[in-house]
Amino acid sequence: MKVMQERVSMGLNGNAAAAHAMRQINPHVVAAYPITPQTDCVERFAEFVSEGLVDTEFVTVESEHSALSACIGAAASGGRVMTATSSQGLALMWEMLYIAASMRLPIVMMVVNRALSGNINIHCDHSDTMGARDAGWIQLFSENAQEVYDNMIQAVRIAEDMRVRLPVMVTQDGFIISHAVERVELLGDEEVKTFVGPYKALYSLLDLQHPVTYGPLDLFDYYFEHKRSQIEAIDNCLPVIEEVGKEFGKLSGRFYGLLEEYRLADAEYAVVVLGSTCGTAKEAVDRLRDRGKKVGLLKIRCFRPFPKEQIIRALAPLKGVAVLDRSVTFGGFGGPVFTEIRSALYDVSPRPLIIDFYYGLGGRDIYVEDIEKAFARIEDVVRVGWVDKHIDYLGLRE
Amino acid sequence: MSRLKTWKELTPGGIICEAGNARTYKTGDWRTERPQVDKAKCINCFFCWAYCPDGSVRVDADKGTMEGFDYDHCKGCGICASVCPKQAITMVPER
Amino acid sequence: MPTLKELAKRPERLTPGHRLCAGCGAPIAVRLILAAADKPVVAANATGCLEVSTTIFPYTAWNIPWIHSAFENAAATIAGVESMYRAKRRRGEIDEEIYFVAFGGDGGTYDIGLQALSGALERGHRFLYVCYNNEAYMNTGIQRSSATPLGAWTTTSPVGRVLPGKTQWRKNLTEIVAAHGIPYVAQSVASNWRDLVNKAEKAFHTDGPSFINVLASCNRGWRHEPSETLKVMQLAVECCIWPLYEVENGVYRLTYKPKEKKPVEEWLRVQGRFRHLLAPENRHLVEAFQRYVDEEWEKLLKRCGEA
Repeated sequence: MKVMQERVSMGLNGNAAAAHAMRQINPHVVAAYPITPQTDCVERFAEFVSEGLVDTEFVTVESEHSALSACIGAAASGGRVMTATSSQGLALMWEMLYIAASMRLPIVMMVVNRALSGNINIHCDHSDTMGARDAGWIQLFSENAQEVYDNMIQAVRIAEDMRVRLPVMVTQDGFIISHAVERVELLGDEEVKTFVGPYKALYSLLDLQHPVTYGPLDLFDYYFEHKRSQIEAIDNCLPVIEEVGKEFGKLSGRFYGLLEEYRLADAEYAVVVLGSTCGTAKEAVDRLRDRGKKVGLLKIRCFRPFPKEQIIRALAPLKGVAVLDRSVTFGGFGGPVFTEIRSALYDVSPRPLIIDFYYGLGGRDIYVEDIEKAFARIEDVVRVGWVDKHIDYLGLRE
Repeated sequence: MSRLKTWKELTPGGIICEAGNARTYKTGDWRTERPQVDKAKCINCFFCWAYCPDGSVRVDADKGTMEGFDYDHCKGCGICASVCPKQAITMVPER
Repeated sequence: MPTLKELAKRPERLTPGHRLCAGCGAPIAVRLILAAADKPVVAANATGCLEVSTTIFPYTAWNIPWIHSAFENAAATIAGVESMYRAKRRRGEIDEEIYFVAFGGDGGTYDIGLQALSGALERGHRFLYVCYNNEAYMNTGIQRSSATPLGAWTTTSPVGRVLPGKTQWRKNLTEIVAAHGIPYVAQSVASNWRDLVNKAEKAFHTDGPSFINVLASCNRGWRHEPSETLKVMQLAVECCIWPLYEVENGVYRLTYKPKEKKPVEEWLRVQGRFRHLLAPENRHLVEAFQRYVDEEWEKLLKRCGEA
């Protein structure tokens, strides 16, 4: 196994990119359970452990529930903790997701986005992570393997910032990113070590001089106050995410914000997308721009906390917005991205017309043409002046 | 607790940093019967100390003597009386 | 092994002011086990009576670092704590020796926490798992668990015209744990301090996973006077319903042999949860109970080389 001291450009898939970030971060504890399509990441990390390239205590738990439970125990014991999962694994962690966040433990978890059963499906959609959007975790979505790597490293800094102290989920789209090899620029090992810095323990169970009680019974007299302070914590971390994104940019040349605007400055119509589909959407935007259409893309990198102000600033001047949701809110009024964006724009006057498209469920491919259709539809809606159909589908056989 | 803390005053994460502060919470008023020890009969075997669910048997560990009860916390279960090999502890109704 | 007077010199790790019921068996077991630790201890706790009653915010009865996160994961949680400890030792970030213990009730251990326990045992973390076994889900109001004995009334095995309480025998968790081949497994009772402290001390000194299944009465669920707690628990031992034994590196040893094996009826008689079994029409159930206990006892004697 080769140890990379210097910066290097390698062909890596998203899982490998995440595993390399984990190697360079060298967490105290990693507790993880295999699940497709995340396995590849954990296997690679296991190799790093086996080859002695990390000092990590690698806990090969018997379930995802225990993976996050062990991470919670470990993170409460004053050290850096990471895990990775996907789909059903994230669903099995559900109970513990909320607890990790409410205990304010800076755990970093890589999630490979995969459809939730049933029926069972191993391919990409966002139903796993979107289902976890209200659990109190910060959620960073990645467009490609490079972003997976970059987000993992930034996630450690964000999670452990004393103004934040919250768990962070870094997501990548199953197979589309996790298993597709791309060129990825890795920082040098020392650079990453310096960037993430030493772990600063807070309320550690191993601090015998200051014994703490984690997870007490919290009744009607205090539970609400604790939730209020948790709301404050996650709301306050937007500037930290931006700061870390800038600092990471200075180091790597790759700058990150909460959102990424693509040809949006003078646009009249936009699609809003998360994850790997952003690449496809950029291509669609380019093609339409070539045909003289004033279109752009708003890519959401940080979905939790929801960067409301920034999204309003980006979308308010537009005539029409088409949101692409890769997960369903059954019985709800559109997907999670749509409902949130539509709600954010409610106070804007005049406000753009907004429609939603469900797409890509269970790994269904999305093509540039699909996104062109979405643009065509929103243009039609704006021409008519009102929304006839709020929710529609892309790439579905009707 | 005369005044409950506001959310801004709480330790993050719902953590309690004052280990063992339950000692300040008095459970003695749960009692309907109180244990009384006749020290003349007591052989300082410490069984009452060992089996008290509430850590409410006072002992002087250095001298090795049983010193009575912590009535602030004793719930009056009567286990101490039941386990005393010399019947030195009796339960009397609280008035 | 320390005397009681020596134990009394150690710090009280579970303080008074907790809100477990008067006469509860659980804190007796916890106090004795923690007193047996000759080094600092960090504890994890499954959801249950012990957890809720000792940590009603803003109060904690724990004088040691303590964590509760959920019901089924005390073993996984302490495994995480212990892993962090190992990682920090390896990196030279900590040098104290620390013991790790997880407490779970029978619901949190026999039932919902069994998988996490099994996993943590197999992985070989250095920790002691204590099941304080009161033979039902007492925290939620006396529902049957897989530790509840045959014939017991609980709120989910009520006694009716058709059913005489719980219709299944309990699961033998101590044997299930022993089958993991871990270095130290024991069964003990909160009414025998010497037995319990001795086992806890051995467990803490074990370099690897250890497990103690401690019978700890719940007077509300078992239906007896709070002052009878010790007597009722001890009767379970004297009737050979709850034998005290240990399995040390695979070697079985009976740690207490009743001078005279009492009939199970003596134990059933002192608890309201078995009152219906004493009716003449349920005689056959008492006999079945006795037969089962006899068979299990004989098997255990053989394993312990006592038969």
